[in-house]
Amino acid sequence: MGRFHRHADGTTHTHEHADVGDHHGYETGPLRVEVLAHILGENDRTAAANRADFDAAGVRTVNLMSSPGAGKTALLERTLEHLGDRLRIGIVEGDIETSLDADRLRDRAAAVSLLNTADGFGGECHLDATMVRAALPALPLAELDLVVVENVGNLVCPAEFTVGEHARAMVFSPTEGEDKPYKYPVMFRSVELVVLNKVDLLPHLDVDLDRFHAALADVHPGVRTLQVSARTGEGVEAWCDWLLEVTRRPAGGPP
Amino acid sequence: MHELSLCQSIAGIVRTHAAGRPVARVHVQVGHLRQVVPDTLAWCWTWSTDGSDLAGSVLDIEEVPVAVHCPTCDAHTVLHEPAFRCGSCGSTGVRVTAGEELLVTSLELQER
Repeated sequence: MGRFHRHADGTTHTHEHADVGDHHGYETGPLRVEVLAHILGENDRTAAANRADFDAAGVRTVNLMSSPGAGKTALLERTLEHLGDRLRIGIVEGDIETSLDADRLRDRAAAVSLLNTADGFGGECHLDATMVRAALPALPLAELDLVVVENVGNLVCPAEFTVGEHARAMVFSPTEGEDKPYKYPVMFRSVELVVLNKVDLLPHLDVDLDRFHAALADVHPGVRTLQVSARTGEGVEAWCDWLLEVTRRPAGGPP
Repeated sequence: MHELSLCQSIAGIVRTHAAGRPVARVHVQVGHLRQVVPDTLAWCWTWSTDGSDLAGSVLDIEEVPVAVHCPTCDAHTVLHEPAFRCGSCGSTGVRVTAGEELLVTSLELQER
């Protein structure tokens, strides 16, 4: 008794077997290999190596995300004004193009490492752990207390890639609309703090902050929020207090 | 989001586990919280493996809905929209139990 095969190349043949009973599916059925591997496992392993380097140097790292133009760099400029004397802060500046943001921060930061993700006309939409690892040699970690990774402005991809941070925060500006938590739930769920920037604009806008907070409460119940204006300085002290609290956290990262 | 680079990661995992044996089918789990477009992932798999040792292998995508567990009333709720609360008692103190998967679960090798 044999078993008929057709191969991908069209050839056919039969196997002749001695009578060994019913072994249907054994000799010729597909062999299944159990795997159970995380598809982003390589990024997660590199992120763990980054975090180990930060921990060894006594540095804590914040991954700061937002849409383009929400005010990450402006907030960091204010942050360096407020904390520059108290904390030695290194910045990893992720930008698709240009050193414009890095140039704004260079005077007051202890160190800035610029990561352009492209070479002229657009590029990566997020920083991953390998890119941040490449930025680390430009940062004297042993001389720093805090590293802020300013991610590429984007509410989708950065949420998926841990870079080895100890805490994740995002900047949101009210001009983006109240419903954004529903449209980008993964981003809004990935952070422990949402910084509502540009609150000095609120008197000029139709935006309903109660609706924003209701959407945020649906998507990420209990997430902390702060209202700030990087332009006027309102609320920046509370944001800096949060950064100081992060620097006092034990080694290791968020889940 | 990054369906093409995900396919490259999947191919790396597949090659490691297949150890040179021809692969017929790759089973992956993609949770609804992973911002992955399944059709795009399958399409990227087809053309990114074309001409390689994995050409002709099928990417079998199992989509995993978002589910939460409520520690207050012990109910499990499958979510169809991003409002993270218990479907039974309304508590927001729920824990996500499914929907964040992004896994290669198994391979089927070609018959020799």
